[in-house]
Amino acid sequence: MGKFILGHYAYWFIFVLMALGFYGLVVKRNLVKKLIGLAIFQVAIIMFYVSSAVKTGATIPIIDPALGTADTSRYINPLQHCLMLTAIVVGVATSGVAYALVITIWKRYKTLDEKELLERMKDDADPE
Amino acid sequence: MTRNENDVIISLMSRVVSPFIMLFALYVIFHGHYSPGGGFQGGTMLAAAVILVRLAVGNDLAQKQFPRAWATPLGSVGVLIYWGTGFTALVFGGNFLDYKFLPLAMEAAWRRHFGILSIEVGVGLAVMGILTAIYDDLLEGDPRG
Amino acid sequence: MRGRVLSLAALAGFAGLLIYASFGLPNRGDASAALNGPLSPAGTPNAATHYIRNPERDAKTPNMVTVILADYRGYDTMGEETVILTAGLICFLILRRTRSRP
Repeated sequence: MGKFILGHYAYWFIFVLMALGFYGLVVKRNLVKKLIGLAIFQVAIIMFYVSSAVKTGATIPIIDPALGTADTSRYINPLQHCLMLTAIVVGVATSGVAYALVITIWKRYKTLDEKELLERMKDDADPE
Repeated sequence: MTRNENDVIISLMSRVVSPFIMLFALYVIFHGHYSPGGGFQGGTMLAAAVILVRLAVGNDLAQKQFPRAWATPLGSVGVLIYWGTGFTALVFGGNFLDYKFLPLAMEAAWRRHFGILSIEVGVGLAVMGILTAIYDDLLEGDPRG
Repeated sequence: MRGRVLSLAALAGFAGLLIYASFGLPNRGDASAALNGPLSPAGTPNAATHYIRNPERDAKTPNMVTVILADYRGYDTMGEETVILTAGLICFLILRRTRSRP
C-alpha cells in the first residue's frame, strides 16, 4: 500500500492542478480568466507526461561515454520529453492567437464578459 | 504605469545584456547535439533578447535593434530552411527528410549529424521570428502608441 | 449559491475520476514497467528502447531528444513549425492596422 502511494502521489497532485485549470476554463465568465485556466490545464498535462518518464537511479537522456547504451535502465525515457517539447511550443502559439482574438473582441464589442458579450452579439444580429 | 524611457539604469543594462543573451542562445542551438538544448530552446532565448530591449527602452527606439518589419519574414525563412533540407534530400534520391542522401562528402552517420544541425537552425530562426512578431502584433492596439 | 455548489461538485467529480483512472498506471520510476522494457505489449520492438540504443550509431549525436525530434520523428517537428508559422500569420492578419486610410 505504501509503495502504491509512493508510486502514484505525483500523478494525484497533477490531476488536482488539471481540475483547477478545467474549473477556470468552464466556470469563470471573463474571457481572459478562461484563457488563464486553459494555460494551467496545458501545463498540467505537460507535467504529467514528463513525470511519467523517470526511472529510479537513472540519469538524463544524453549518452554518457562511461555508461554506454547496453543497459537502457540507466537513462530516463526520452520519448515523453520529445513529445512535450512540441506541446509546449504549440501551446505558446495557440495562446498568442487566443489573445489576439480577445483583443479583437474588445475592440469590437467593448466588453470581455461572456454573458454581456452574448447579449451584444444578439443585439447586433437582430436588427438586420 | 509611467513610461520608462528616461530610466537610465534599466535602459543601459538591458542594451548591454541583450547581445550576451543572443550569444548564449546561439550556443544552446549549436550545442544541442551534446547537451540539453536544440532549436526551440535557443529560438525562444533569441526572442527573449529582442523582447527585453523592447520592454526596457520602448517600442519606438527598439526598432533600431530589430525592426518590426523583419520579424514575420524571418519566421518564413526559418520554415524555408527546414523544408529546403527535406526537399534537398528528395532531389538527391532519397525520401523526404531522409538525411542520408544530402550532398555532403562524408559517411552516412555524419550526414545525418549535419542534417539535424540544419534543421535545428531553421527551427531556431522560425521560433525567434514568430515570437517577436506575436509580441509586436499584440502591441499594435496600444492607444499610447 | 446552488450554482457554486454544483460547479465545485463537478470539479471534485472530475478530479476523482482522473485519480480513479490513475490506479491502473504502473508505479512512477519503475524501470521494469511495460513502457520501459524491450518489447511493447503488442510484441513489437519498444520505441523508447530503440531510441536509447541507436542515436550514437545512427547520427553520431549523444543527445537522444534532439535526434528523436529532428531525425526519427522529423515529420512531427515539421508539422509543429507549420503551426507556429500559421499562428504568427494569423496574429499578423488580425491585428496589423493598414497604414493608408483615406
